[in-house]
Amino acid sequence: MRTEGRLPLSPEDSNIPRDAFGPSPSQTVGPYFHQGLVHGQDLPLERENLLVVPGDPLQGERVTVTGRVLDGDGLPVPDALVEVWQADPAGRFPPDTAFHGFGRSDTRREGGFWLFRTVKPGRVGSQAPHLNVWLGMRGLLTHLPTRIYFSDEDNGADPVLALVPPARRPTLIARREETPDGPLYRLDFHMQGERETVFFDVD
Amino acid sequence: MTQTPPEAQATRGVHPPHLYPPYTSSVGRAPHERLIPLPDALRDHTGPVFGTDCLRPDDNDTTRNARVNGEPIGERIIVRGRLLDSTGRPVRGALIETWQANAAGRYIHLRDQHDAPLDPNFSGTARMLTDEYGEYELLTLKPGAYPWRNHPNAWRPAHIHFSIFGTGFTQRLVSQMYFPGDPLLAYDPIYQGIPDEKGRSRLVSRFDLALTQPEWALGYRFDIVLGGPAPTPFEEPDHED
Repeated sequence: MRTEGRLPLSPEDSNIPRDAFGPSPSQTVGPYFHQGLVHGQDLPLERENLLVVPGDPLQGERVTVTGRVLDGDGLPVPDALVEVWQADPAGRFPPDTAFHGFGRSDTRREGGFWLFRTVKPGRVGSQAPHLNVWLGMRGLLTHLPTRIYFSDEDNGADPVLALVPPARRPTLIARREETPDGPLYRLDFHMQGERETVFFDVD
Repeated sequence: MTQTPPEAQATRGVHPPHLYPPYTSSVGRAPHERLIPLPDALRDHTGPVFGTDCLRPDDNDTTRNARVNGEPIGERIIVRGRLLDSTGRPVRGALIETWQANAAGRYIHLRDQHDAPLDPNFSGTARMLTDEYGEYELLTLKPGAYPWRNHPNAWRPAHIHFSIFGTGFTQRLVSQMYFPGDPLLAYDPIYQGIPDEKGRSRLVSRFDLALTQPEWALGYRFDIVLGGPAPTPFEEPDHED
C-alpha cells in the first residue's frame, strides 16, 4: 500500500482532495496537551523549558525569561502552550549541537507563568536579539506567532520592530531585572485590550 | 469584553479564524488587532530538528507504550499517512506527537473530570518520525466522544490531536484528526470553525480496508499537508517513474 513520491493522491486512500490539494487546517491544542507533548517519561514537559542546563559549556549570558498569558478579562490563561525557537549567542541558526534552541513551557506553574531558562541569543543579521514565540491554547483555533526582544539591547534598528506601530512595540520587549539567580526578563502576553500583544502573520 | 472589530475575523488561508464565537473559549482569547505580516526575508526559516534518539521503542503504539497490567481496552486502529509540503513532496524525518482520550472518552489528566472510566493501561500519547517517504504510522485505540461545556449538550467528536514540526518554525502545525461518518462533526464548533468545507474534509481520515489488519485492527489513512513557504530540507532530484 505504500505510495511513493509526489502526488497524485488517489481519492480512495487520501483525505486530501486531489482536485483541491492544499494545507491541513489548524485546530486548537485543547486543554490536555500536557499529556502528549512530552519527550518520554525521562523528560517531562516541566524540564523542556530548560534550554541550557547548569554545567553546559555553552558561552553566553544565562538568563531566565518569564511571563504570563492574560485573556481579555486580564485573567491568566492556565492552559497555554508557549514554545520558543532562538539563535545561539553567536546568532546562528540552527544552533550548535550543545544547544538545541527550542524550548516549550506550559502556564500551569503558580501564578500562571511560563518560564524559560536559556542563553541570550545573538543578533541575527540586522535583527536585534530575539526569541521566536509560538503561542497556542484552548480557545485558539490557530496558533499565534510573536517575538520577545530584550530591554537592555539596542532594538532601534530592528527591521521587524520597524513594522510595528511605535506605541505597540513595548508589547514585544521583555524588561530586565537583576535577581540573586541572575538576570530575569519579564513579559506578559496580552490576548486583548490596550496592551494587546503584537502577533505576526507568517502564512 | 470589548466589541470585536470585523477585520479581526479575517481568516488566514484555510485556517480557522481566531475569533469564532460559537466556540466560546475563543471570545476572550482571540486578538482584536490585525496580525502584522512578516515579510519572507525577515522570517527565521529554520526549526528544531529531532532525531531518532528522542524516540523510545513503542512510542508510536499507545496499545503498548503505557501498559501496566494488561492490554488497554478499546477498538484498535492503525493510522497511517504521509506528511507533505505544499508542493506535494514528502517531509522526511519530521516529529509528530499525538494525544487523545481513551476509548471511553476520557483523558488521563487531572483536569478531565468526565465521569467515564480511566484505563490504567492507556496514556493516549505517542511520538513518531516520518520516514524517507514522509510516512508515519500510529497504532492506537479509537478515542471516544466526550462532553464539554461549550453549549448545552455539547460533545466533542472522536479525535486525535496531532502536533507536527515541519521544516521551519513557521510551519509548526497543531491539528486534529477526525473519523469518517461521525454524526457529531456537524455540531462541533471546533471542527466547524474551519470556514471551507474542503478544508474541513482534510481533517477527516479515510477508512481503508487494505490497511485494516485481519483479526487485529481497523485501518485509517490520514495525510497531512503543511502550508507556508518554508522549503523542504533534504532536497534531492525527484525519482518519478
